[in-house]
Amino acid sequence: MAVVQDVHGHGHDDHHPTGIMRWVCTTNHKDIGTMYLWFSFAMFLVGGFLAMGIRAELFMPGIQILEPELFNSFTTLHGLIMVFGAIMPAFVGLANWQVPMMIGAPDMAFARMNNWSFWILPVAASLLVSSFFVPGGAAAGGWTFYPPLSTQGGMGVDMMIFAVHLLGASSIMGAINIITTILNMRAPGMTLMKMPMFVWTWLITAYLLVLVMPVLAGTVTMLLTDRNFGTSFFNAAGGGDPILFQHIFWFFGHPEVYIMILPAFGVVSEIIPTFSRKPLFGYSSMVYATASIAILSCVVWAHHMFTVGMPTVGQLFFMYATMLIAVPTGVKVFNWTATMWRGSMTFEVPMLFSIGFIFLFVIGGFSGVVCAIVPIDIQVQETYYVIAHFHYVLVSGALFAIFGAVYYWLPKWSGRMYDEKLGKWHFWLCMFFFNLTFFVQHFLGLAGMPRRVPDYALQFADFNMVSSIGGFGFGLTQLLFLYIVIKCIRSGEKAASKPWDGGTTLEWTLLLLHHIIALKHLQSLSNSVREVWIHRAIKLKK
Amino acid sequence: MSHGTGHYYVPSPSKWPIVGSSALLFLAFGAALTMNKVEPGYWMLAIGFAILTYLLFGWFGEVARESESGKFGEQEDKSFRWGMSWFIFSEIMFFAAFFGALYYMRQLSVPWLADMEHQLIWPGYTGGWPTAGPGITETFTPMGAWGLPAINTMLLLTSGVTITYAHWALKKNDRSGLKKWMLATVALGIAFLCCQIYEYGHAYADLNLKLTTGAYGSTFFMLTGFHGFHVTVGTIMLIVIYFRCAAGHFKPEHHFGFEGVAWYWHFVDVVWLVLFIFVYLL
Ligand code: HEM
Ligand SMILES: [Cu+2]
Repeated sequence: MAVVQDVHGHGHDDHHPTGIMRWVCTTNHKDIGTMYLWFSFAMFLVGGFLAMGIRAELFMPGIQILEPELFNSFTTLHGLIMVFGAIMPAFVGLANWQVPMMIGAPDMAFARMNNWSFWILPVAASLLVSSFFVPGGAAAGGWTFYPPLSTQGGMGVDMMIFAVHLLGASSIMGAINIITTILNMRAPGMTLMKMPMFVWTWLITAYLLVLVMPVLAGTVTMLLTDRNFGTSFFNAAGGGDPILFQHIFWFFGHPEVYIMILPAFGVVSEIIPTFSRKPLFGYSSMVYATASIAILSCVVWAHHMFTVGMPTVGQLFFMYATMLIAVPTGVKVFNWTATMWRGSMTFEVPMLFSIGFIFLFVIGGFSGVVCAIVPIDIQVQETYYVIAHFHYVLVSGALFAIFGAVYYWLPKWSGRMYDEKLGKWHFWLCMFFFNLTFFVQHFLGLAGMPRRVPDYALQFADFNMVSSIGGFGFGLTQLLFLYIVIKCIRSGEKAASKPWDGGTTLEWTLLLLHHIIALKHLQSLSNSVREVWIHRAIKLKK
Repeated sequence: MSHGTGHYYVPSPSKWPIVGSSALLFLAFGAALTMNKVEPGYWMLAIGFAILTYLLFGWFGEVARESESGKFGEQEDKSFRWGMSWFIFSEIMFFAAFFGALYYMRQLSVPWLADMEHQLIWPGYTGGWPTAGPGITETFTPMGAWGLPAINTMLLLTSGVTITYAHWALKKNDRSGLKKWMLATVALGIAFLCCQIYEYGHAYADLNLKLTTGAYGSTFFMLTGFHGFHVTVGTIMLIVIYFRCAAGHFKPEHHFGFEGVAWYWHFVDVVWLVLFIFVYLL
């Protein structure tokens, strides 16, 4: 140990900027992970502010605070910011912190590019946010920006298109970095099938990103040239078709929803074994389930287009393919449950969020299967039922997993413990207000309330008021989260290097080895010493 | 492990990413403003391109220096290989979106627009390919395959061969052969681009074939345009590699900078072949 501490001082030989430039120029995966997470939280607040606007307008029937056009901009930017600004960067932040640690790599494979992937995000965010203030206002055609709505509209739409380009570039760079790190930089002995589930899910997610983000870039490019240079991709008069856009968009869009949920599966697969004090049940089936979800997710996109019109064979194919995804998803839920079975469980905040995740994500999965049934989807498409569905998978799915991950790893990241009591408050308030907001939306949708409208018929009034109250509560609850995190970083109790006795992955068990590797002085150890450390760690994991 | 320095090279803090982001900031805002004819847009674009040029020289220059000072061992080399492969895969998917659009228009939307129901909306439209769609009445002549495009195919295929000769020369440490073949590859790339520019002029001036010529014009110019853009980028990279070769960079057993560009060039080559078949021939 003494040797290790000795060399700690001169890990990097070159100059290290301080102050703000430390963050701007950094090549350290931990710094970059931290920036990703804070950025994502800031975007979460911006997107949340827009959501509050939406719920305030929908609090009562009639138009009160947002003109219809502005209301549409609010929903559009809410969706775009939450998907691309909050959820995706949060998971990349988690990957930045955890993947190198969990596989025993000194850093990400391309440390400088890693920094660039992050610093592209604020540029994209500033395009999105400032588009509210240009003539014509922000894009208002929905986060899916279908033409012909999106071929109309002013400069705000062009700014949104460039923002999507940049976000895509950032994601592709990030994904290539993660894949390369995982494939090329595992510690000796860390074979693929010994990798923690979080790393596996990220490997597959990154593959999906490289597969579909360029397609999104192509789509928005066609939109851009249709808008500004007179091409006819989405214009029937020129032989194109607006529905072509929907196909290409959803070829990206459906894998995209798995890009947002697979890392969440990974997080939950780490947390549940730790607090059940049992290894993950069915590790290899988990890997194969993840891979099959990823493959299937590429051939189901037209379930978003059932009402657009397509041949019956097409409808049947996309219906069955979509329902098939429920099978590997079910395998996962089974495995998590089986992991808890007869475990000596404790219910710290990360575990609470994970169990909450399982309950509520399953509800979202079921409503997804309901939507996948063509005759039903023809009824519920473009209603609040779909809104309820994807908030159950995205908020109580992806977001809850992110919260769980933050509580789980915060002691590791900051060296301090969060306030367990406040954390439990955060969880239960989230649970309560989330369901208050979104459960009633199932009823609204089934009763026929359309989505993306600023006003509605009187019979929807009561449930909308309930939903709005829930929404405000959920929004306020997140300020508590901010307080908990800041309190932890500033004045939390010192955390043990292994705060969770059930943790077995490298970031907990291999502190010493990790530091040695991080110091890049692995070579100064004799080979046998190194091997011993690694094997001990891998045995612990098993 | 036979690493150059014995550990994975993690570059120290760098200003290049933020320089890149400021270039993107100017370019994105500049382009959005320019497209909406707001004056400062042009200036912002110009500034953006200036910063971008500075970035490319600076960042790649730094990587080249790192490489030459022996910072990259076997494991780093492998990272570059993985990285470049996945980057090319992402490029393939980007082109796939446009080929998909071409397929959809030719096989689906154009026939639909010409079917019985649509006779009510577009009476007399008969579909077929090439077409500018039912609503665009200006006539145009499609681009033939066996003139310049065929020559261009030859040029690119030959350049694929010359770059392979250059690679062999490099591996045999035959530096003069290396430079000669690199120069030939660059020349072929530039010749391709000249033909392409001439072809575009011909299309606009003589064939009345424009970007605004409906389905055919959109797919023709966007596919060949993005390909041409990639050839331009590839040629610039080849030129840089040529100068690096001339400066004595790369060793017979260690030259991923060279190989990465060669991979990219082959990729551009293959895209052209697909394009030649589906855009020009069929
Ligand atoms: C068992 C798994 C799932 C099934 C069967 C399923 C099915 C569906 C179907 C059929 C729709 C289209 C509904 C319509 O527009 O009428 C839909 C919409 C949606 N789903 Fe899922 N889904 C599943 C999981 C997920 C997951 C995991 C996520 C994200 C994490 C997700 C996010 C979304 C989103 C965002 C939309 C709405 C898109 C829009 O129109 O704006 N889904 N889902
Ligand atoms: Cu979907």
